[in-house]
Amino acid sequence: MDAREDILTAIRDHGPAPRELSRVPDFHRDGGDLADLFTAALARLDGQAIPPPAAGLRQWLAATFPDATRICSAVPEVTGTITPDQFPDWAAPADVDVTVVRTPLGVAETGSILLTEKELGVNTIAVLAQHLVVLLDPADIVADVHLAYRHPSFRQAAYAVLLSGPSGSADIGGVTVHPAQGVTTLTAVLAPAPLQAPAPDRHPDERSTP
Amino acid sequence: MKPVDQVRNSLGFLEDPTHEHAFDTLIWGLRERRDAAAREVPEWEDLRTLASRIKEHTLSHLADYLEQFEQRATANGARVHWARDAHEHNQIVYDILAAHGAKTLVKSKSMLTEECEMRPFMERRGITVTETDLGERIQQLDHQPPSHIVGPAFQKTTKDIAEEFHRVYGSDPDRADAVYLAHVMREHTRPLILAADAGMTGANFAVAETGAVVTVTNEGNADLSGNVPTLRICSVGIEKVIPGLAELAVFVRLLTRSATGERITQYTSHFAGPRVGAEMHVVLVDNGRSQRLADERFWPSLKCIRCAACMNTCPVYRRSGGLSYGATYMGPIGLITMPSADVRRYRELPFSSTINGSCSNVCPVQIDIHEQIYAWREVMDDTGGFSATKKAAMKLAGALLSHPGAFRAAAEAGGTALRVLPHFAVYNRLNAWGRHRDVPEAPKETFHQWYARNRGKDGHDGRS
Amino acid sequence: MIPCYIDMFYPEVGVATLELLEKLGVEVDYPFDQTCCGQPMANSGAHKEAKATEELFIRNFARYDHIVAPSGSCVHHLRNKFTAAGDTPERGHVSAHVHDLPEFLCDVLQVEEFPWAEFPHQVTLHVSCSALRGLYEQAMSERPNDPWFSKPKSLLEKVKGLTLADFDRPDECCGFGGTFAVTDEAVSAAMGNDKLERLGATGARYVVSGDMSCLMHLQGCAHRDRDDFHFLHLAQVLNGGAG
Repeated sequence: MDAREDILTAIRDHGPAPRELSRVPDFHRDGGDLADLFTAALARLDGQAIPPPAAGLRQWLAATFPDATRICSAVPEVTGTITPDQFPDWAAPADVDVTVVRTPLGVAETGSILLTEKELGVNTIAVLAQHLVVLLDPADIVADVHLAYRHPSFRQAAYAVLLSGPSGSADIGGVTVHPAQGVTTLTAVLAPAPLQAPAPDRHPDERSTP
Repeated sequence: MKPVDQVRNSLGFLEDPTHEHAFDTLIWGLRERRDAAAREVPEWEDLRTLASRIKEHTLSHLADYLEQFEQRATANGARVHWARDAHEHNQIVYDILAAHGAKTLVKSKSMLTEECEMRPFMERRGITVTETDLGERIQQLDHQPPSHIVGPAFQKTTKDIAEEFHRVYGSDPDRADAVYLAHVMREHTRPLILAADAGMTGANFAVAETGAVVTVTNEGNADLSGNVPTLRICSVGIEKVIPGLAELAVFVRLLTRSATGERITQYTSHFAGPRVGAEMHVVLVDNGRSQRLADERFWPSLKCIRCAACMNTCPVYRRSGGLSYGATYMGPIGLITMPSADVRRYRELPFSSTINGSCSNVCPVQIDIHEQIYAWREVMDDTGGFSATKKAAMKLAGALLSHPGAFRAAAEAGGTALRVLPHFAVYNRLNAWGRHRDVPEAPKETFHQWYARNRGKDGHDGRS
Repeated sequence: MIPCYIDMFYPEVGVATLELLEKLGVEVDYPFDQTCCGQPMANSGAHKEAKATEELFIRNFARYDHIVAPSGSCVHHLRNKFTAAGDTPERGHVSAHVHDLPEFLCDVLQVEEFPWAEFPHQVTLHVSCSALRGLYEQAMSERPNDPWFSKPKSLLEKVKGLTLADFDRPDECCGFGGTFAVTDEAVSAAMGNDKLERLGATGARYVVSGDMSCLMHLQGCAHRDRDDFHFLHLAQVLNGGAG
């Protein structure tokens, strides 16, 4: 017999008596502004959530990451220096300073945002970049993890990650540090889709032809 | 093979007050944070009961769920393999790597691969394995196994790690600063991740409904190991399977809160299939799990979701150091699972406990850990695990305590009263009790004698 | 029922228990042929060796409506683990009718006052793991959403002059654990010393418990390094004359 048959037979022949599956009840909790709860939860793991910058996203990016030269944008609101489809392989995003992407789902209970290959194109742009900026429509925030798992992406995507803060580790003496191997900062911009802007901003390095 | 002498190992740990105090404080801190997290969730106890029932249901239908998982994962484009034991697992992984000419493997934390002793197997065959979890890497570079299943390097102080990194990487030995040291690790490991031929992860959960493997990390290293290389392998213990997404939500809510007191980890990642142009292999591993499932008393230990809450609350673990157990799994969960793997080697482990019950209270899936420890002790007696001395002492105590006259005579004999109890008779080591404590003094008269004198043997007092 | 180690080392606790129950109007018998509940062997896994002792216990106590012992660990064993002897109606009766002293005073007698007792001191209360997680005499710190309650504490609060001090890690095990105390004596003593430090940090010097086994262990640790602690069983405080 092969390993598969051996294992399945061993399990079927001897095991505990069958027990029913309990239905997961609705633990829905009332009250509280979801965007506020989301912001507070994300802050626990040292991420931050901000309202749409008054001066526009482009200005905010330039001011927040003044030394950034490689910006990967996966959203129409921002023109970066590279888009995901332009990477030759999935290790290439290692050079990216800032990734900007939109998420279809926020979770208030845990301060999480969902990303899949659909939003990312190249999965590693969310984990290899130094900084991650995520656009989240407050209307897309659900209250808790139970509701989050009803999102269709979990049934459709090959890769789906619930991100709840910048990469961290407490393995050294129990002290939490950022980053470990992933992104150094995570910022959620609570911007309805698409972000209202007069025209797509140009990256300062893209000069208009004289 | 000699059994692991956890007592002697813990002595070494206790002799160094700096490490013992730091470890106990750090690990107890995790227990306190877990309490705070539980306090925030009014339905916490309901979630525990639900999680326990879900696991019990799943384990009682395990073959069906494994088949469902395999079918879905395969439909998603993953290749599913089955391994009966550690050796088969290691061979399967090696064969996959060899077929692709892969020489370098990066991996995220997997206690299953520790169980299978995968790294030495690969290294003997010329495959370089790099741990990407910070704690695992620290231990790997120091040639030590993990001392805690969530924070593998918790037994080291920051100063220890600074000295280790100085030895390995030439960094500043005097900068005992976690931020600096994490940066040193990142600088050295990132290039290895980017250049690796293959990536490997473990699995916290395997979702039968979607065929997805779920990893839970703070660092994102499973996302790196699973996404950067085009060849990806995932090792999954067969007990990790759960029915579906609705059930996954329950475990995700319980796991991190139980482990560290946070509501969730930074990266909760779901890998359902390979990306276009890449390969994903899932290895389902038995390695003694089906045997444990057949054990009427001890199968509930398979509900374990590897949160380490039991270790964090265990007062014996916190004062022994995780390495003292000489086992892949330490602390309370180790006491009830390791003897299944090797009853000779681990025959002393069930006695490294005061059976205080705190572990059972914090277990998110309601494993009755302390009761299983108690039950294992009886197994050790039945299977000849007791030494001749211990057996003799138990017999003597049992004989004395079941004969009222003999008991009273021994008890009234002053100093030798101590020998009545197996505690002292067993090891004939009053000096053991007395090494760190004073010995109780024998009083002038026993209660029996007082009662006889004041109330008469049949309950009347001295008056007629 | 007077535990074997109280019989041998702390008969005053047995006396206090008997006198207290008599003061409360209870008709108390002390079956003279009693020895032990069987726990020392059973906890070590030696169930066959516990059998005869447990059978003796059943013979001595099966006829009583209530069996009361000043020991959480013995009662936990008798109620929840008493399986070495054969499964008989008598054995079932014993398990169902055994009480730890605080349980008997709170649940059966529902005592409201101890007018004969005065204890003008600051006290720390140590609830043994058996009394806590075996007999549910107090809310457990691992379950923060459970409502707070404590049977032993509610009794001590009725004693004139007595004040209770809270301490850190309120229900961490003291380290006795039966044979663990000699097999893992270094860890056991480390746990005991840590417990004493936390008790002592409150400033209180009287340690009270419903379990003399824990106190025997703590007393042993204390006398090594410091003589300023006093260890008393709950029965002694409630019976009066202990201050």
